[in-house]
This record gives sequence, structure tokens and C-alpha cells, in this order.
Amino acid sequence: MSLLAVHTLSKSFGGVQAVKDVSFELAAGEMLALIGPNGAGKTTCFNMLNGQLKADTGTVLFDGKELIGLNPRTIWRLGIGRTFQITATFASMTVRENVQMALLSHHRKVFSLWPRAADSFKEEADGLLDQVGMLHQADRACGILAYGDLKRLELSIALAHGPKLLLMDEPTAGMAPQERITLMELVSSIVKNTDISVLFTEHDMDVVFAHSDRLMVLNRGEIIAAGTADEIRNNDLVKEVYLGGGSTFDAGEKGAVHA
Amino acid sequence: MFSRRGVFSKVIAGAVFAAAMGSVLPASAADTIKIGEINSYTRLPAFTEPYKKGWELAVEQINKKGGVLGKKLEIISRDDAGKPGNAVKIAEELVSKEKVSLLAGTFFSHIGLAVTDFAKQRKVLFIASEPLSDAIVWSKGNDYTFRLRPSTYMQSAMLAKEAAKLPAKRWATVAPNYAYGKDAVKAFKSVLKELKPDVEFVEEQWPALFKIDAGATVRALEAAKPDGIFNVTFGGDLAKLVREGSIRGLFEGREVASLLTGEPEYLDPLKAEAPEGWIVTGYPRDFIEDQGHKDYVAAYQAKFGELPKTGSLVGYNTILTIAAAIEKAGSTDRDKMLAAMKGLSFDSPSGNVTYRPVDHQSTMGAWVGRTAVKDGKGIMVDWFYADGNDYLPSPEKTKALRAK
Amino acid sequence: MGFYLAQFLTGLASASSLFLVASGLSIIFGVTRIVNFAHGSFFMLGAYLAYTFVELMPHGILGFWGSVIAASLAVGLIGVLLEITLFRRIYKAPELFQLVATFGVVLVIQDLALWIWGAEDLFGPRAPGLEGAVRILGEPIPQYDLALIVLGPAVLLGVWLLFNKTRWGTLVRAATQDREMVSALGVNQSRLFTSVFFVGSTLAGLGGAVQLPREAASLLMDLNVIGEAFVVVVIGGMGSVPGAFLASVLIGELNAFGILVFPEITLVLAFLVMAVVLIVRPWGLLGRPDAVLRGASGPPEEPLRLFTPLSRNLILGLVGLLIVAPFIADEFTVVLLTDILIFTLFAVSLHFIMGPGGLVSFGHAAYFGLGAYGAALMVKYLGIGMISGLVVAPVVAGIGALIFGWFCVRLSGVYLAMLTLAAAQITWSIAFQWQDVTGGDDGILGIWPAEWASDKMTYYYLTLLLVFGGIYFIRRVVYAPFGFALRAGRDSALRVEAIGINLKTQQWMAFVLAGVFAGIAGGLYVYSKGSIFPDELAISRSVDGLVMVLLGGIQSLLGPIIGALSFTLLEDLVTRLDYWRIIFGGVILFIVVIAPEGLAGFARKLLPDRLTGKTEEEARS
Repeated sequence: MSLLAVHTLSKSFGGVQAVKDVSFELAAGEMLALIGPNGAGKTTCFNMLNGQLKADTGTVLFDGKELIGLNPRTIWRLGIGRTFQITATFASMTVRENVQMALLSHHRKVFSLWPRAADSFKEEADGLLDQVGMLHQADRACGILAYGDLKRLELSIALAHGPKLLLMDEPTAGMAPQERITLMELVSSIVKNTDISVLFTEHDMDVVFAHSDRLMVLNRGEIIAAGTADEIRNNDLVKEVYLGGGSTFDAGEKGAVHA
Repeated sequence: MFSRRGVFSKVIAGAVFAAAMGSVLPASAADTIKIGEINSYTRLPAFTEPYKKGWELAVEQINKKGGVLGKKLEIISRDDAGKPGNAVKIAEELVSKEKVSLLAGTFFSHIGLAVTDFAKQRKVLFIASEPLSDAIVWSKGNDYTFRLRPSTYMQSAMLAKEAAKLPAKRWATVAPNYAYGKDAVKAFKSVLKELKPDVEFVEEQWPALFKIDAGATVRALEAAKPDGIFNVTFGGDLAKLVREGSIRGLFEGREVASLLTGEPEYLDPLKAEAPEGWIVTGYPRDFIEDQGHKDYVAAYQAKFGELPKTGSLVGYNTILTIAAAIEKAGSTDRDKMLAAMKGLSFDSPSGNVTYRPVDHQSTMGAWVGRTAVKDGKGIMVDWFYADGNDYLPSPEKTKALRAK
Repeated sequence: MGFYLAQFLTGLASASSLFLVASGLSIIFGVTRIVNFAHGSFFMLGAYLAYTFVELMPHGILGFWGSVIAASLAVGLIGVLLEITLFRRIYKAPELFQLVATFGVVLVIQDLALWIWGAEDLFGPRAPGLEGAVRILGEPIPQYDLALIVLGPAVLLGVWLLFNKTRWGTLVRAATQDREMVSALGVNQSRLFTSVFFVGSTLAGLGGAVQLPREAASLLMDLNVIGEAFVVVVIGGMGSVPGAFLASVLIGELNAFGILVFPEITLVLAFLVMAVVLIVRPWGLLGRPDAVLRGASGPPEEPLRLFTPLSRNLILGLVGLLIVAPFIADEFTVVLLTDILIFTLFAVSLHFIMGPGGLVSFGHAAYFGLGAYGAALMVKYLGIGMISGLVVAPVVAGIGALIFGWFCVRLSGVYLAMLTLAAAQITWSIAFQWQDVTGGDDGILGIWPAEWASDKMTYYYLTLLLVFGGIYFIRRVVYAPFGFALRAGRDSALRVEAIGINLKTQQWMAFVLAGVFAGIAGGLYVYSKGSIFPDELAISRSVDGLVMVLLGGIQSLLGPIIGALSFTLLEDLVTRLDYWRIIFGGVILFIVVIAPEGLAGFARKLLPDRLTGKTEEEARS
């Protein structure tokens, strides 16, 4: 049985159909990439999966449990971690404290009024930081980190509660090419070691083809192709969307008819 | 390393204490009588400035004549910034640090009450000079507090007595929405009803203090079609009410009884637009022919180059009260002064003032008359001096009003 | 029919007056994000200057309106002067810090106006040519009201044209939405801000000047208008001028008709309307989401650190000093220290939600006052003892915070701040109006400490114990998971929700906790003063708290302590002098300019590392 089963997910904003009848499945330990041009609906899709946006229609089953209608924090507790396109971390804390925060929440300690937070789950936090190669910076202020380090920190926060699924929205956005490779290799190795599943969106095609087990191409809110890297490379429709000039216009008209 | 720590702790400790004790003032000579004075000088300077000038004049005159019991009066005057908490703190400082013989002052009723209660707790004599609240001598009165100025009740009763003589039967009231306004309306209603049982009160307006929406208020009053209006608004609210009311013809063919409006503090700023024919309590300072008062006005003008206002007279009489009390007590011993204050009687520019033993209220009165405009400014005409004693409840009735 | 039409027109005239003040405030906030308390002072200056000009110029229609325009422009220039000399220096300061500067400006202008124009109210002439009334459906309507009814929409139109038909307006609108973007586009930001200040201040001056035929210029105008002006701006949506107009009409009309039904309502009507609007529309009528209360992007806060051994010893030394203080200082110093301690706890509790919590409260006095009133009412009606009173105080304040907090945490930024203010004003109006129970503004008297604690020294030790206990507890909470989660939510609401934390609940509980400790401060206060009045719930008490927190430095846990200490001491010292407000205001402005990171941050820069525990990065920068 697949870990995540998405069926006919749709969302429109004031008459504009952002995501339309998206369906796919994700198996345990699989790395699935969701690609598409700007405005294709990737982030909207993501936001519905983790509860930030309410879907108009469709179902999302995670481990057999319906996610639609749940809020982000409940979905997180079910075992789904998330990283954002623009990193979301706690600037006024140290690197280690950022991870400790996630651990404290996981262990349901956030209403604890007396013990020092900085002394809680220290080894666990250091272990997670070590996993992403950030241990040597554990005591630095998060607010002064380089962007690539922030991305790695966010990854370790997202892994803190031992999720079964990791949602990564453009994990390498804003990074230098060399950093991108390093980060994605890191993610791949974690997937291999922990049997975690990853669903990620990405712009950088090198990253996508190198690190995904399978790909889906989203355009104008619809999945136009899915398959292995080679299948997608050779798909005409995908070529049109990514390379062809007028093709997006055609797709737009098609979308308009359906709407 | 050790020395640095020493330096730092010294610097910080020193700074804290220098600041904490920065208030230390040089101890003054023992041959003065110290009086602590508190008022809202910055919050309401329009009323407290004349008051201050009044007491300054009295202190100067008394000290020139050799002071009281051979000692000069020394006033330690402080600003409470309009905050009751500050007033209590300052009172504490004046009593415990400056070792003043007594406290005096305050303008706002609630600050007066705060200090009244402080006086009771610290067992110190307090002359509440300006606050009008009836509670200061009645429901919250205590053994240590005496009040000089004619109270809300007294001044409202003065107007009610005049209002009762008029044919007007349907009355509307407009008063600022706080204790003073509420007390004044209550007193006016009860005295007028008693004197003339067939009056009706057809409308009440309660604009927020100093925030009157004058146009709307005037229209609401007008809609009730009253024969007479009892007004308690003052200061900026009064100016707005007068202007909006006269443009809209609210006062045409209607009697208006208006509390304190004849006081120069409130009448002067209205200049030529001062209302005409209103029955008011106030202070026609330039027309009082009594020699004592003329001398007082002359001295005041000589010193400050302007005519005194109501507050000036209250400030002046406050010091006369204190001087008379100490003279009578023969010392600044608290119990002797308290004994002296009961029934204390002295002559002031406004005539005789006596502190009633039953409730510690002075009999200082007010002038009642009608307003008029002359030479582009508001004045009082057809006025008479209403002695406070005639408008206070009898001692027997008062006992029931007063706290035990 | 005629009556209601006339009442409607009266409401419209008031609305126009209100709109003129509020529009300028809205424009200034929209672009610079400065919460400008001095806007009321600009309004007051407009009225005074118009009075002076009217006296100087030849009488007549030209002379009058010429004076109005001259006064408005003069106020505009004063605004420019302040922007260039003062605000420009502190745009980079942490959020809201500019508010302290405007507080200083209010004080300075109050004393300057007293000095220049004297204490007596100045009643200007009526507007020439518009002295009388016209009859509409038989009802007299002042001609000047009609003029105002025209002036309000005319100004709205003028502002609209300025914003929509000029390049300047385009830039201002862009800056209202995204300041960083505008500066990135290469627009001279400081010139833009200066011009915005000019327009905003001119409108405030115009609002004051056109009031002259309606009311006397007085020294109370500034504080009387500022509260309502903020309410209008918030109801309309911060930064939205048409919104401000809509809100002015709403308030003006509700007032005009409200007093026919329930005259006392004027006391709190505007704040009630604001509370309702914010609960239904969290960004005001025409506002946009995310009017975040951040004065420029200040530097991120440092991670929390423990005291270095040296600084811990120093603090222990200070505590020791406070313990022996009654033996070496006189009785009044003990009283003053008691005051300082109480306000310190108040400021620390406010800082707890503002600093770590990131929730700005303009109405923290509500919980201070609820604590004080809770204790006082129990003493008055149930005759409970002091200890019970001090237990009741935080409970009542906590319940108040529980109720108000639930609504408040649903909003953000300045809207949240204004809802806290509305809550405080509603509480205040209940204490003020419900005379039979609370004694109204005559307050509750005779709440003195129990016999055993009536001695000043004993009461001081009791205060010291509770205040230190409170501060220590709050400090522990900040360092505990609860406080961490709160700070995390402030840093990134997105991230905390994505790691399973219910931020609203976290903030709500923080609100309650802050209320509880403000309540303890209120309880201690009422027993130290012996009486309680609605003043302790009023805006000025809340603002005092805000200034203490911001002056001390919002990014430091020691900030509120330093702020409360210096504010209370300074106030105690300067009020002994004549014209003390100008000195007080001047000192505050001086501190603002030399220490834009607050006193604590300023001290941190100067003190050696051994004391502050600076990190190597910080030391390098």
C-alpha cells in the first residue's frame, strides 16, 4: 500500500483554477518530484497537502488517514515534515535551539513553564544536526547563518519528529549550484538510510533528474505527465511546456474551456 | 580583574542610589512652618495657575508681617500631574521627608479624595482647597480633612433656589459624565423638587468630559423642548456648548442655570460670546465693593498685573485658613491644629469663613447672578453673595450624611 | 423627519473634523509605520496657530481661510522638522521604538504651547460669512457645519487625486504596501518619508485649524483627539484614507444618534465600535492584512543567554542592596522604591508578551487595574484581608486576560494592539460609569495594608518579595519551553504551526500569564496607595508601561527593568520642577537618539564582554 494517496485534488482562487483534479500516489521510501513552470500550482498543491490551504475537492490519504480538513499542526503530528521555499526558522535562537524547539513540540512539552528549554533533548538535537552536518555550528545564532546552512538547519528541524513523509517546497531555491548538489545528496542519503518518503518541487532540472525516483509534471494546475526521469525527458507534452513558445497559451485556452 | 568588578559594582550601585536619593533637598531652617501643597499644575494650568498666584500672594503678605507665631510660612508645592497615585506618593514624601505640618491643595475631586484618605491613614491635617466633591466632607469625610471651597451640593443648591423662583417647569440637564456632573445634577434635582414639587426633568445629556459632541448634544436638548436647562459643563465643553447652542437657538426663550459659569476661569475665554441672562454661580471680582476685597484685588493686580480669578481667591483663603488655624492652635502640633480647625472662623476678602465642626466644610460662599456682556466681555450682573452656610444641610441632617 | 436629517448633518460635520485628523495619521502610519502619538499635538498646534494668525491677519473671509491654510502649512513644516531631526535617525530601531520618540514630542509640545499661548483657553472668532444657521426642513443647521460637510469629502478627493494621479502618490502607495521594494527601486526613501510627514502633519494642522470656529484652542486638545483619531484609522484600516473617511462617518453618526438613546455611551462608543469591527474584520473596513507593527527591519534579536558569572554576582549584589535599602535610606526612599518595584513588575509583565511574545499591547493597564479593582472591590464588599486581596488581584486580572486575550490573539500587529486598547477602554468605562459598584471616578478608598504590613518597611519587603518572585518566575518561563515556543511563534508563525505548535493557544496563555503578573502589580499598588481610581485603567497608564518597555529596550530581558527604573525615577525627579514636561520629554528624546536600541541594548554595547557574554560575532560587528 502506498504511503500517500492523493485523489482528484482541486483548488481555485476566485475563479482561477490553481490545481485541478490532481491524483497520484507515493510509496514508502520513494523520492517523488513535482515539477512545472512558474504558477503551475506546485506550491498550492503542497499547501493543501500539509493543511495550510483547504482543498475544494479531493482526498488525501496518508497511511490510510484522511488529511483534508486537518490543520498543519495535526498533519505534522501524523508524521509529515515540511520545508519551505523561503526557509522558515527561528532567527532569535541558536541553531541547536531551533531543533530543540521541534523536539519539545514533538514530546508535547511546550506548556512546560520551569525547566530550561536549552537543556532539553540536547543529545537528540545534536544528533539531528550532525545528520545534516550542522553540529559544528550548533551554538551560533540562527539569524546570522548563510542561506545554505539555513536550508540544512530547516531540514533537520523537519526531520526532528522522525516523519514518514517529508514535503520539500523548492529545497534548493536561492542556493549556489554546488550547494544544491550537496543538499540533494544529503536528502538522498537520508532517504536511503531511514526509509522516509520525500515529495519535493524543484526548478533545477539537473537536481530533479539526478535525485528523484519518479517525476510528475504539473502545468496550469493539471498533471500532464508522470514517470521516470527518462520517460519525462522524452515526453512531447513536457517538452512543449518547457521549451515550446506558444504551448502554454494553448494549455491556457484548454484550461479556460474546462473552467 | 578584581578591581574592574569592584569599579563596576560601585558605579552601578552608586548610580542606583544617587538616583533613588536624588530627591534629597537641603534641610531648611527650623524657623519656618512647612506646609505641603499638592495640585494638578500641569494637567489643568488654566485653573491651577490663578490658584497658585493666590496662595503666593497670601504667603508673601503674611510673611511680610512677620509670619505666624513668629515663624515664616514655607510652602513646598508639588505637581501631581493629574494622577491620584502620584498625589499620594508626593503626600508621603511631604509628610515623611519634608516633615510638613499639614497638607493642602488638590483640584480634581478624585485626587482630593485620594489625599483625604491618605490624611486619615497617616493622621495628618489636610485642607482640601479646591475639590468640589461632596464625598470629601460627607460620605468619605474624616477627622483630618477640611474643605474650603463651596461644594458641588452648595453651588447646585444656590442655583436650584433661584431656579425655583422661575416659572420654568420642564427642565433638561447637561453635565459632564463623571462624579462632579452626576453629583451636581442630583443635588440640583433634589433641591429644586423639594422647593417646587411640580417641576419635571425631561432630558439628561452626559457628554464625556472635555469631549462634548456639542452639535448633537444641543440638538438632543432642543428636541426635549424644555423650559429651562441646568448646565454643569465647563471649560472647553462650555465654550462649544455656548457656540453650538446659540447658533441653533437653543437658549432662545429658555432659562439656563449654569454651575460655575460666572467664574472668570470659564467666563473670560468666551469673551463677547459669553451667554447673556444665564443664572450662574461665579465671582464678579471687579464689582465687589467691600474694602477688604478691594485691597485684595489691588494687591493681586500689583503683584501679577492681572485680575484675580476664583482659583486665586481659593488659593488666598487656603493660606488664610492655615495661618488662622496655627495662630489659634498656638503651635503646629497636629492635635491642637485639628482642634483649632473645628469651628475656625476668620475674615477673608470674600467675607467671614467658618469651618463647620459637624462636617469640616467651610462656609465660604459664592456669588450668584445673571450673565451679561459688556465691552466685549462676559460679566455678572444682579449678583449677590450667597453665604455657604445658608445652602448647607442643617448639622442634624449632615450627621446622617457623614461617614462615621 | 427634519429632526433626524438635522441630526444626521450634525453627525456628518463631526465626521469631517474627525476625518481630517485621522487621514493624516493614517498616511503617516501607512508609509513610515510610526505610531505617532504626537499627531494630536499637531492638531492642537493647528488650532493655536490658526488662532494667532486670525488675530494677526485682517478680519474677513480671506483673512480667516488664509489663516487656516497658513496654520496647516506651518504645522506641516513642524512635522518635516521633526522628521528630519528626529525620526529619520531611528527608522532602523527595533519595532515600535519610534513610539517613544513621539511620546517625548507630546510632552515637549505640551509645555511649549503652555509657554507660548498661556494656560487660558483661546476662543477664536466664528468663520466670517458662516456665522449663522440656515433652516433645512425647519431645523437650524449652522452654516459652518455645512462648510465642514463639504470640506471633508473635498479633502478626501484631494488626497485621492494626490495618491492616484501623481508619481509621488504612486510611490507612497507602493511604499505603504512594501517599503523594502520601494527602496530597492532606487527611490530616495528619506525624501519620500519627509514629504509624507509634511502631508500628514499638514492635514492634522488643518483639522485643528478648522476646529477654531467650533471650539476654543486649549491645552487638552492633543490628548482628547488622539485616541479617537487612532480608533478611526484602525476601523478604516491602517493606511487607507477612504477607510478613515468611512470610519469617521460611522463614528460621527453613531455618536449623533447614540446620544439620543443612551447619552452616557459617548464615553466609550468609539472603542466599542472598534472592538466589534476588529472582531468581524481583523484588518479594519478597507485595510489590507499584514500591517505588521515593525519599524523598519531591525536587526534580529540575539539568542537568549544566561547571565555570565560576573553579571550574576552583580545582580545578586543589587538585590542585596535592595534588601538592606530600608536600613540606609529614609522612609520616603522606601516608598519610592516600592513604587518602582511595582511598576517594574508591571513593565516586565508587559514585556513578556511584547518582547518574547511579539504581541504589542496598548492596553496592559487593564490587567493592572483589574487586579487593583478586584482586590479593592473584595475589600469593600466582602471585607477580605490583605493576603486574600493580593490573591484575588491576579485571579481577577487573569480572568480578564483570559476573556480579552481570546479575541486579541486572533489579530496581529497594530490591530491586535488596538483591540487590547479597546479592551482596556471598555474596562475603564465600566469602572468609571458603574458608580454604584465601583464608585465611578470617585474611586474606592480605604484599601490599606493589614496591620502587620502597614509599616512602610514591611510593605516594602512584601513588595520586594512578590516582585522578585514574579520577575524570577517570568524569567524562568522565558527560558522554559513555553517561552521558547512563544518566541518561536514570533520569529516564524509558519514554522511553529509546521512543527505542531498551536500558536494562538500559546499566545493566549502568554496573555493570561502577563495579565496575572500585571494583576499582582495592581494589587500591590492599591494597597500601597490606599485608594484606586479609574485612572489606573486609562490609556496613560498603558502608555507609561509601553514607554518603560521600549525605552529600556524590547530586545532585552533586563530592558523593562531598566526602563521602569529610569522612567519612574526620572518622572519623580523632574516633576519637582516647573515646565518639567519639556525636560522629561527632552531627556526621552535624547535617549531615543543616542540609544535607538533602548537603554539595555545601549549599555550592552558599552559594557565589557565579561559582563554581557557577547558572542564573537557580535563583538566583531
